[in-house]
Amino acid sequence: MLADIKTVIWRDWVVLRRRLGRYILSRMVSPVLYLVAFGWGVGRQIQVQGGSYLDFIVPGILALNSMIISFNAVGTPVNMSRLYYKTLEEYQIAPITAASFVIGKIASGMIRGIISSLVIIILAFAFGATLTIHGWFWLVLLLNCALFAGLGFVAAMFMNSHEEMANFNTYVLTPMSFLCATFFSTDRLPSLMYYFVESLPLTHASHALRMAGQNQDPAILSIVVLLAYFIVFLTIGIWQMKRVKG
Amino acid sequence: MIQINNLVKQYVSRRVLDNVSLSIEEGEIFGLLGPNGAGKTTLIRILTMLASYSSGTITINSLPLSEEAKNIKALLGCVPQHLNLDADLTAWENLELHGRLHHIPTQERRHRIDELLEYVELRDRASEMVNTFSGGMKRRLMIARALMHRPKVLFLDEPTVGLDPQVRRRLWDLILSLNHQGLTVLLTTHYIEEAETLCQRVAILEKGKLVISGTPADLRRKVGQYTVEWSEADGIKSRFFVERPDAVAFMNSLDTATTIRNTNLEDVFVELTGRKVKD
Repeated sequence: MLADIKTVIWRDWVVLRRRLGRYILSRMVSPVLYLVAFGWGVGRQIQVQGGSYLDFIVPGILALNSMIISFNAVGTPVNMSRLYYKTLEEYQIAPITAASFVIGKIASGMIRGIISSLVIIILAFAFGATLTIHGWFWLVLLLNCALFAGLGFVAAMFMNSHEEMANFNTYVLTPMSFLCATFFSTDRLPSLMYYFVESLPLTHASHALRMAGQNQDPAILSIVVLLAYFIVFLTIGIWQMKRVKG
Repeated sequence: MIQINNLVKQYVSRRVLDNVSLSIEEGEIFGLLGPNGAGKTTLIRILTMLASYSSGTITINSLPLSEEAKNIKALLGCVPQHLNLDADLTAWENLELHGRLHHIPTQERRHRIDELLEYVELRDRASEMVNTFSGGMKRRLMIARALMHRPKVLFLDEPTVGLDPQVRRRLWDLILSLNHQGLTVLLTTHYIEEAETLCQRVAILEKGKLVISGTPADLRRKVGQYTVEWSEADGIKSRFFVERPDAVAFMNSLDTATTIRNTNLEDVFVELTGRKVKD
């Protein structure tokens, strides 16, 4: 099984390696804009939780960016491969397990998520952010990448057109990007919305990264929630891969 | 090699395969003939485990398909109708991926890739991205990919569709040479000439039902080896005869221009189904 997972990662790594320079460059655009607009522009006039707004939003940007990158690194290619290019069949007719394929794809999504996160961390330091990066920080970041890569796989298998994938982005990822403690604290949200937002994985990733970035241990609840979401998406993904037959 | 008994594939309100029973022997090229929508591709997809089936039994190399999926997958090579090479990889990488997925050891895998690229005459294009290849080159690479793990059976779904006649003949030579090396081939086609040139036995599918199967010569004999054709106001008419003298006598009895020729599989198909293969 490990060899099969490695094969799936190998394929995606070959493709990524060929475009690594362009990939890193393209991953810098959004974070730079966020850092300029919210860190320098708006951020200079605001203090949040006793610290600078830049320090507040960097973990949020990391959570948001790793979510989008990991999701799209798996969601779009798998969806296209299943519906348009039919390259998924190459894996389906091979003597490998569904779990190997799904785990391999999630790992590939995580690699892309982590590379783009590294780009943001370097940029954030260049912009003057103060952030502590240690084991908990990486664990939360990896879990966030894994669960959203898993969600990308699930979406890719459920959605039956490119347009439906785009709609999934619009109705699920975009609202989460803005609401889940990325740019502001959730404390001020109306109570009903607060509890809803607190049940979403990105909120926990933002909270946990923020705590870890301030050199504090993140809440165990956040780690458990991220892990639970990951297990659910992984299980659904494997189940879908097994049943994807005409 | 492949035994199919009473195979049924039922979608909600449509039966795509209706009690199909077939036996494909080791080392033969077996052709599935039929118009679009006859169920040929569905049958290939079921045999390659890309689609499920509603009822019936299938055994491949004496292994039941429903229970031995992983072992059977190692025996099968498949070239689907659509070009499904990985466009983000080179020719070499496409074969490498397939070899890795089939657990071929590194040294053997690399040797096999070189050997197969040579065989399909793509060695000098090994490091090029496949999206720069022509349709014929892609098809040859797909065959090489399907052969990477030395399968016992090769499924070819409309292998020459969309290719020009010269490239088509080149692929036929390749398929025949693989068969001479002992490979069992199951191919679907709606090109009569392809079936006549390649297949030792054929089966005709129509609306999910097996109409007839046998050698092309058997099938021709069943409707009559000689065809007399003549033209009428509402189209071309034909009649089949077992003996040539009977055909000639009938020809002479007609008061119009007629031709006599050997019956082909298209005639067999039209006679048995009332449709043309390309309908």
